[in-house]
Amino acid sequence: MADYRVAGKGRINRRKTIRFTFDGRSFTGFEGDTVASALLANGVHLMGRSFKYHRPRGPVTAGSEEPNALIGTSRGTKGRFEPNTRATVQEIHDGLEATSQNKWPSLKVDVGEVNDKLHKLFAAGFYYKTFMWPKSFWDRVYEPFIRSAAGLGVSPTEIDPDTYASRYLHCDLLIVGAGSAGLGAALTAARSGAHVVLVDENVELGGSLLCEDGIEIDGRAASDWVEAARDELAEMDNVRTLTRTTAIGYYHENMVALAQKLTDHLAQVPEHAPRERMWRVRAKQVVLAQGALERPLMFDGNDRPGVMLAGSAQTYLHKYGVLVGRNVAIATSHDSAWYAAFDLADAGAKIAAIIDVRADADAALRAEADRRGIRVHVNHTVTHARGRLRVKGLRVARQNGAGRPTGAFVIGCDAVLMSGGWTPSLHLFSHTKGSLHWDEETGVFLPGEKTENCHIAGAGRGLWGHQNTVNDGVLAANAALASLGHDAHEARFAVSKDRPGSGIVVRELPTDANAANARAFTDFQNDVTAKDIRLAVKHGMRSIEHVKRFTTNGMATDQGKMANMNGLNVAADQLGRPAPKVGLTTFRPPYTPTTFGTFAGYHKEELFELTRKTPIDGWAEENGAAFEPVSLWRRAWYFPQAGEDMRTAVARECAATRKSLGMFDASTLGKIEVVGPDAAEFMNRMYTNPWTKLGVGRCRYGLLLGEDGFIRDDGVIGRMSQDRFHVTTTTGGAARVLTMMEHYLQTEWPDLDVWLTSTTEQWSTIALNGPNARNVLEPFVEGLDISGDAFAHMSVAECTVAGFEARLFRISFTGELGFEVNVPSAHGRALWEKLHAEGRKYDVCVYGTETMHVLRAEKGYIIVGQDTDGTVTPMDAGLSWAIGKKKLDFVGKRSLDRPDMLVPDRKQLVGLLTEDPETVLEEGAQIVEHGDTGLPARMIGHVTSSYWSAALNRSIAMAMVEGGFDRHGKSVDIPMPGATHGAKITGTNFYDPEGSRINM
Amino acid sequence: MLLIHCPYCDEKLPEVEFEYAGEAHLERPEDPAALSDGDWKDYLFTRRNVRGNHAEQWRHVHGCGRYFNAVRDTVTDKFVVTYEMGTPCPSGALPEGKSNG
Repeated sequence: MADYRVAGKGRINRRKTIRFTFDGRSFTGFEGDTVASALLANGVHLMGRSFKYHRPRGPVTAGSEEPNALIGTSRGTKGRFEPNTRATVQEIHDGLEATSQNKWPSLKVDVGEVNDKLHKLFAAGFYYKTFMWPKSFWDRVYEPFIRSAAGLGVSPTEIDPDTYASRYLHCDLLIVGAGSAGLGAALTAARSGAHVVLVDENVELGGSLLCEDGIEIDGRAASDWVEAARDELAEMDNVRTLTRTTAIGYYHENMVALAQKLTDHLAQVPEHAPRERMWRVRAKQVVLAQGALERPLMFDGNDRPGVMLAGSAQTYLHKYGVLVGRNVAIATSHDSAWYAAFDLADAGAKIAAIIDVRADADAALRAEADRRGIRVHVNHTVTHARGRLRVKGLRVARQNGAGRPTGAFVIGCDAVLMSGGWTPSLHLFSHTKGSLHWDEETGVFLPGEKTENCHIAGAGRGLWGHQNTVNDGVLAANAALASLGHDAHEARFAVSKDRPGSGIVVRELPTDANAANARAFTDFQNDVTAKDIRLAVKHGMRSIEHVKRFTTNGMATDQGKMANMNGLNVAADQLGRPAPKVGLTTFRPPYTPTTFGTFAGYHKEELFELTRKTPIDGWAEENGAAFEPVSLWRRAWYFPQAGEDMRTAVARECAATRKSLGMFDASTLGKIEVVGPDAAEFMNRMYTNPWTKLGVGRCRYGLLLGEDGFIRDDGVIGRMSQDRFHVTTTTGGAARVLTMMEHYLQTEWPDLDVWLTSTTEQWSTIALNGPNARNVLEPFVEGLDISGDAFAHMSVAECTVAGFEARLFRISFTGELGFEVNVPSAHGRALWEKLHAEGRKYDVCVYGTETMHVLRAEKGYIIVGQDTDGTVTPMDAGLSWAIGKKKLDFVGKRSLDRPDMLVPDRKQLVGLLTEDPETVLEEGAQIVEHGDTGLPARMIGHVTSSYWSAALNRSIAMAMVEGGFDRHGKSVDIPMPGATHGAKITGTNFYDPEGSRINM
Repeated sequence: MLLIHCPYCDEKLPEVEFEYAGEAHLERPEDPAALSDGDWKDYLFTRRNVRGNHAEQWRHVHGCGRYFNAVRDTVTDKFVVTYEMGTPCPSGALPEGKSNG
């Protein structure tokens, strides 16, 4: 295996060799290597295939902005697989298994590469145009093909078993980025005593200072100065330094989210150690020292493996001791790439040539190149990179007076270092909606007006050279400290042997080849070329937002870190308008791809959402209940006995309840205590019903509307005393109803003397229904005569049940004789067990929510939210009787007179009996006129509730149907998969319509 | 995440403690029956939907539970001022002639 390591270079630990695999092949590297640096050290540039054309690709960067070198990484067991990991960031460890993506059968021989030969078919927007016709082909041919061909990497199908942590943090000053500006700011602020948090996405502090070993700060070599700064900061109690930590988002009021990687670099992960941690930092002041990202040059073949950014080659050399090639060509429009050439030359690489598009390249740099014997071609352009799996040569031409290439010649090389200059990294600043202004001189966007308490320092605001950036960090820290009321620290850092420089912004490099064949990539990951951008403009895209969506430029996982400025410049060029007029697309969080686990943190599995359980839930579980979720509650659904399916169990529960006695845990019912001198007036205003004359000890069905006149909630309400109501709500509506009541009380009627208290969880509610309901309850009741005459239907009283203080309601949601016993929650299960034991005398049957639903549907009682959907008035639901006719006002009353509420063909609640009594309709099924076979048939309603009724020995259903009240006795059709079913419209009270059973 | 000043607790607290409750200074008519269909429709549905400073109701739902008024800039999402329910919008918080209450 080839070895591209350079002795004495790099910050890797050469005493510790690491073994890992890439596509099953074993490689070695050193502790401190990334997958990319280790592979490059072995002479491997080919690390992946591109998204659309399947072109061979290698790393173009050495950092988190990498668009090409995306790999799959396995962390061992099932579910511990991550696609699209950047090889330039993933550290190697023993046992790491890395795989390349988007290739078949192998990375070197990939069938999909045929797309590259057909690239003219796949130009920007091809899918909008190519797959237009015939229309029927979309579903059967095009869409499945595109779906199978699209996408990078494969997502794991198992649940991620790792844990993810999260924390809050408050500080005076958060500094993002620990390069020269960030360290300058951190040292200044830390020495002042401010509480400082310094974050950097890299393993080590230092940023590009670690790649500039010639530079000296305060008389020390840059890397020594970085280490001294690191040690000083580590000693200070007021400083927290977080590495491998990316500031992914900048939110309101200086809240910054940090994603910290904790274990992905470890061979042995400590048990229960979280994989990543999300920090939510609230900082009084923020310094953004994110630096700048180098821009690629746009020329044909700029994506070939071996072609990379010049600064990244310096990083590979100085941080990892790796030469990215032995015979290296440089193509640049910026001075910085010259230093890359010098560093690589000094480390033993042959520099094939420096090609600078500028005619006036700096004389001192040219002298340095001469001194090293490096051939220099100024005022030259690069027209083509040769090679497929690895770059082999560069076609170079002189630019004539008109800027056209002439006299092309070929330079052999095994790596090309390119630099199109540097783009200030303003992603986080952009998250704050800070404005950007276009700097004409340097051709980049710089930070403008700020919306948050932040300061931008260093290369992020267009400065170049470490003398400038490290002291700009000092200035930023001092500005922040001044805002915090701390004293400023004037100490400046002295940088010697600095490498300042400048450059120009270039468009697509001029070429002498057929421009139609040129493949100069702007977005490497999404395979967008400069030609695609021009095509988008030719097709009429004027805004960069449209160009972006048409071409997908900047829409890859690197979020345009490589592509945006080049794409913008090409588009602006084609439009003949200045770049700022064409605009820059908005950067949004996260800055780099972030795992779902980090966002979820602890909120997964049983902690994903809270599960509310009643005091009787444990009994239900012990007795084999099947459960269903109802809002946040877990409710017993039915209680299957051995060999029973749901339908059999529910039919048994229904029959047993109607025959003798059923018991039901109704504790989830919402309960609100409405108390105060004006309680009755408040109830009058909120509910449709009249409350003034409701006697103490009596109950009434209450109906609550929104101000728009539509049903919001319902429930039985008992008057406990003159100034106290026990209000019940639907299980799911409790919080909503209380909020609505509070809103009216606090904002519209603050003059009313009323208190509202949620008591849902204070009471356990046990419902007893059936002919023997009174018989089972009576022996336990003290202080109350519950005989039929003394305690009539719709009564409520306080008494003692089994020794527990209780509120006893005589009400029924089944049509049978019914009681609901409310006792303090702590006693709920004890009472339940006593009643259940007594109930054995009457063959008690415990039932769940499904039986409750069936029994109430047999009586035509609605469930708000099932039979109503927010567009149903009391009249529509057949509940006009619940409206207090003499009331002048209540919430929603005025809306009931709006013209739309009075039209005769509104959907109205009806019963449905299917022609075939065995057919149970699907809830939600559409209803059409009888015999309407038109395509499409007109939908006149839908089924809201549908069950098998054991009592009636047939199916029953409820439905909302246009003009339904006038259709009683008429037929409708219900088309369902497989067959259309006929049904007759009826009233909704299917069982015991005289209501004799309730009064037993 | 926003920090919101509750005028009752007199503290600036995280957004997650609060709940938005619609436009402020919309008074429920004393006698809705006296309103024309058009006027009632406006009360029910017509909202200012401003770009800029907007008077609105918030509730410190996971704190004191009280509703209060606020002026928030709908462009920057920043709070200009918060004030107690039943008190008028501080002068200058809303653009000239745009007072809604």
